[in-house]
Amino acid sequence: MGRYVARRLLQMIPVFIGSTLLVFSMMYALPGDPVRALAGEQTVDPAQIAAMKKDLGLDLPLWHQYWNYMVGLFQGDFGTQIASGRPVADIISEAFPITVRLTLFAFTFTVLVGISIGVFAGMKADTLRDRGLLILTLLLISVPSFVLGFLGQYFFAFQLGWVNPNVSGEANWNELFLPAVVLGSLSLAYVARLTRTSIAENLRSDYMRTAVAKGLPRRRIIGVHLMRNSMIPVVTFLGTDLGALMGGAVVTEGIFNVKGVGYNIFDALRHREGATVVGIVTLIVVVYLVSSLLVDLLYAVLDPRIRYA
Amino acid sequence: MRGAKSAKWVVGAIVVALAATACGGGNDSGESASKEKGKPAGYVSVDVGEPQKPLIPADTNETLGSYVIQSLFTQLLDFDSQGKIVYTNAESVKTTDNKTWTVKLKPGWKFHDGTPVTAESYVKAWNWYANIKNNQQNSFWFEDIAGYADVHPDKGDPKADAMSGLKVVDDTTFTIGLSAPVPYYEYKLGYATFAPLPEVFYKDTKAFGQAPVGNGPYIFEKWDHKKLIQVKANPDYLGPNKAKNKGVLFKNYATVEAAYQDLLSGNLDMIRQVGPKDLPKYKQDLGDRAIDQPYAAIQSIVPAFYSKTFKGIDPKVIQGLSMAIDRDTITKTVLNGTRKPATSFTPPGVAGNQDLGTDVFKFNPAEAKKLVTEGGGVPDNKMWIQYNADGGHKEWVTAVCESIRNSTGVECIPDAKPDFQTDLEARDNDQVKAAYRGGWVADYPLNVNFMRELYGTTAEANNGRFSDKEVDAAFKKGDNAKSLDESIKAYQEAEKLVLTKMPAIPLWEYKTNGGYSKAVDNVTVDFHGDYNITEVTVAK
Repeated sequence: MGRYVARRLLQMIPVFIGSTLLVFSMMYALPGDPVRALAGEQTVDPAQIAAMKKDLGLDLPLWHQYWNYMVGLFQGDFGTQIASGRPVADIISEAFPITVRLTLFAFTFTVLVGISIGVFAGMKADTLRDRGLLILTLLLISVPSFVLGFLGQYFFAFQLGWVNPNVSGEANWNELFLPAVVLGSLSLAYVARLTRTSIAENLRSDYMRTAVAKGLPRRRIIGVHLMRNSMIPVVTFLGTDLGALMGGAVVTEGIFNVKGVGYNIFDALRHREGATVVGIVTLIVVVYLVSSLLVDLLYAVLDPRIRYA
Repeated sequence: MRGAKSAKWVVGAIVVALAATACGGGNDSGESASKEKGKPAGYVSVDVGEPQKPLIPADTNETLGSYVIQSLFTQLLDFDSQGKIVYTNAESVKTTDNKTWTVKLKPGWKFHDGTPVTAESYVKAWNWYANIKNNQQNSFWFEDIAGYADVHPDKGDPKADAMSGLKVVDDTTFTIGLSAPVPYYEYKLGYATFAPLPEVFYKDTKAFGQAPVGNGPYIFEKWDHKKLIQVKANPDYLGPNKAKNKGVLFKNYATVEAAYQDLLSGNLDMIRQVGPKDLPKYKQDLGDRAIDQPYAAIQSIVPAFYSKTFKGIDPKVIQGLSMAIDRDTITKTVLNGTRKPATSFTPPGVAGNQDLGTDVFKFNPAEAKKLVTEGGGVPDNKMWIQYNADGGHKEWVTAVCESIRNSTGVECIPDAKPDFQTDLEARDNDQVKAAYRGGWVADYPLNVNFMRELYGTTAEANNGRFSDKEVDAAFKKGDNAKSLDESIKAYQEAEKLVLTKMPAIPLWEYKTNGGYSKAVDNVTVDFHGDYNITEVTVAK
């Protein structure tokens, strides 16, 4: 087991280098010059732009820029932003805590509510209650998140006045409640459906019959035998979803004015802030890698048949 | 107990994962305690997002940064709503030959750190701004001053530290020597770049950009990046634009929609621009607190005169295309009344704006078709309008194309570039297929700024590469005029000439479509379309 984890962690190194190189070259290949664009449509001064690019090292060939970036990275330097001149590490350290908070909130919501709905529906498959919950999840899947976001804002902030429509700079837990629910609702629908199918299927399996025949208490049959085996597809989904929640909340963060990772990555892309995009994307890649490792390890916990040497 | 053993490893991995995601963080808990929820009493708030660059006057040319810079710094002069000069830090700016300008400062002015504002504060700052080594975005603004080429050569290192044209006479007087006479130079001095700097700036320019010390109506308090910038009123300010409120919060919003929600719920006092989603109803929502006012900026379709379509074209054709566009209907419907149809090459609110007495800007499909045919038509009967897809231009470009197609039969195709950067790159590299969407906001409110900078053969912003000897000569005449008034007149004549050459098709002027909450009063707009923040009062 220990060796397995070590091997997986070592495997992350080439993935890390590969993904940074890929994102870096993509940013390089994008048309448009971030330094030139600072002047917008007003008069530009080519001599000054050339001087600025030279100072920023943006006049170097791609491999040289990437080399400089990696050398900096291994010294803990994420680079500096072109326009603001601020260290990218600052940007990241401002954005990540907010997004981590939002993600954890949304994730908890997804897990608790999603699995409960799934179990509730799956235990009595094909009944009215099951159908009703399926329709609810269908609704959540088909309604785009910005519609949910604006609807939530309209009802809870303007009609009922329970919450503020926007998240302030501090991004407190209570302010993040509504955005987290909106963000988590799509995954919630998937989790509910996966759990429901898996539960409904496993209810008919041999080991369940054995457990019932052994005379085990119902609580134990459902809570341990059934749940543990039904969670494998759900956990697989949740693992990748964690990464998706962190990186893909651009729309939701925009609606609720959350200055998290999604907002920052969009902003950096728009301004062609290569170092910022690479830095944030790299961290999200790391989150993905770690969460998929966790999922693999959880398989062994959930299913005794799976072992890692 | 394999399960338990595995679980231990899972826990270990979770710890690693949390450490990895949290390594950038750590400041989330400590920060929230220090920040109060609301704004301090007497302050007003406005949705001004994160400035792109550090807050140094000569390094800022975008709206957001300018808002903050203008609250912190006061340059020699400013403009009123008619585009007339108002002296702020200067007592007088005089010249006899349009080449040497003598500036007298008002006495007793101080920077926020208590040091006096002297002639030296200006001269030293301008020399620093202009130096190519200091990488200031707006350094070219000093190009008229004698000796500029020494500190800002086209190639290589600067030969001198100071421009020979700037001379300190005494504590409150300095002279600006230009390399050639510019009758309207005084107008240029109103641009925010010409601000003075205190001595403390030169000690640590980087730190200064994060916490500037100015001489303006407001004193810098704090900058929470991407969240807000807070400034407080300067009680010792001597200028005419002394703050009528206690301070300002410049708040950053992720979207205009979010800002609008906050305006409605009372968490924001002023919004600069209402987003497309809320435009149809903002006047209903805000009543007489809605703001709908044109400002000195103009949007045009600029033919690329190197392209196959417009190379050596008869200006009559372009006049015809201009008449083929139904400006009234498009501004009213597609643009929701956020633009005002153009009637000349200059917007109102700039000195020298005139009625051209022409019907080139009026919708007349029959005449349009006639002119296009008379002028020999467009090659292949096909044209493109390039625009950036990230700026909300798609709808009106499509409508303009439709209008051209219906009126003249010229096949007009919108040519989308994915974003502004790509759009600019195509313009800079002369890769525009036929024509592009151009916008221009006044640097200073004078008609010169809308002609010389856009249609002069050597002008940097002349991306259509329009070049005409007669027009250049007419501009030259304006530049060589004896006085400001004569110069404005000469440029008015030049505008009439420009109308016959059609270097661009002016479409409409921009408007500020904003609004304010019940908490504030006296919200007015200046020629840039920005709020006069100092005038805003807190409602009783």
